[in-house]
Amino acid sequence: MSDAAIFDQQAVADKVTGQSPLHHLSSSHKTEGVVLEEVPSLGYLTLRGDANDEAFRAGVHKALGLELPVQPMTLLQSDTVSIQWLSPDEWMIVCPGARCFEFESALHEQLSGHYAVVNVSGGYTMLTLSGDRALDVLYQSTAYDVHPRHFGTGKAVATTLAKATVFLRRPDDGKWELIVRRSFADYCWRWLVGVC
Amino acid sequence: MFLIYCPYCGEEREESEFHAKGQAHLARPADPDNSSDEEWGHYLFFRENPRGIHHELWVHAAGCRKFFNVTRHTVSYEILETYPIGEQPRVTANQMEKPA
Repeated sequence: MSDAAIFDQQAVADKVTGQSPLHHLSSSHKTEGVVLEEVPSLGYLTLRGDANDEAFRAGVHKALGLELPVQPMTLLQSDTVSIQWLSPDEWMIVCPGARCFEFESALHEQLSGHYAVVNVSGGYTMLTLSGDRALDVLYQSTAYDVHPRHFGTGKAVATTLAKATVFLRRPDDGKWELIVRRSFADYCWRWLVGVC
Repeated sequence: MFLIYCPYCGEEREESEFHAKGQAHLARPADPDNSSDEEWGHYLFFRENPRGIHHELWVHAAGCRKFFNVTRHTVSYEILETYPIGEQPRVTANQMEKPA
């Protein structure tokens, strides 16, 4: 149990309206073989800690119900939460926005010592690409090798999309998730629409 | 494509994900309060500029955001090895002078 001061950062419907960084654009774009969509208002938590510390790993498992991915570039997910390996001591946790505070509190409850949990929900938004030609769109957009023999299901990397940084994830065979910075969301969206 | 091996990600990544951060293995004076201006000045401002093997600090800026070391040949630009922070290079200038 830590004494970190945290509060629920989720916008409350009747007081403040939460707005996607892409609110001024259409929330989906369909062309032949590709569907580009935004998944707005998810919860994002940055987790840092020592992956060699058994208590740390156990605490994360208890709080989220998922093992901590310690292999580079792996993505572990349940129905509600996903944990992405970002670096040997950093992970990105993505969950539904409404449950973000719950998971953040649970992590602070379970972890102790030298660790950090930061709610960065305001800083990111998620785009998804699906369809037969989704791969072609990615080939045009990132320098990373996204060919299925190199980028299998359950892999997640931090790389570049056009000239912006992106967390590129492949949660299942037919879908790609792109987590982009909110300030780059407009640029990434327009780039992807152009490529589609 | 110019690929660099990131020792933390464990695979070859595109060069545009990385930034060079200057000379590696700079030892901070152990006792800064009592170090001379000359010693401190050398630590802050004086850098090697060799023709040949150079050990450099790089960062995987768009990837895992970790710093690591690169041994690079300044004439051919060839990257001879990359290794994590805290480790010593396996390829050094002394080694290279010896005939193979």
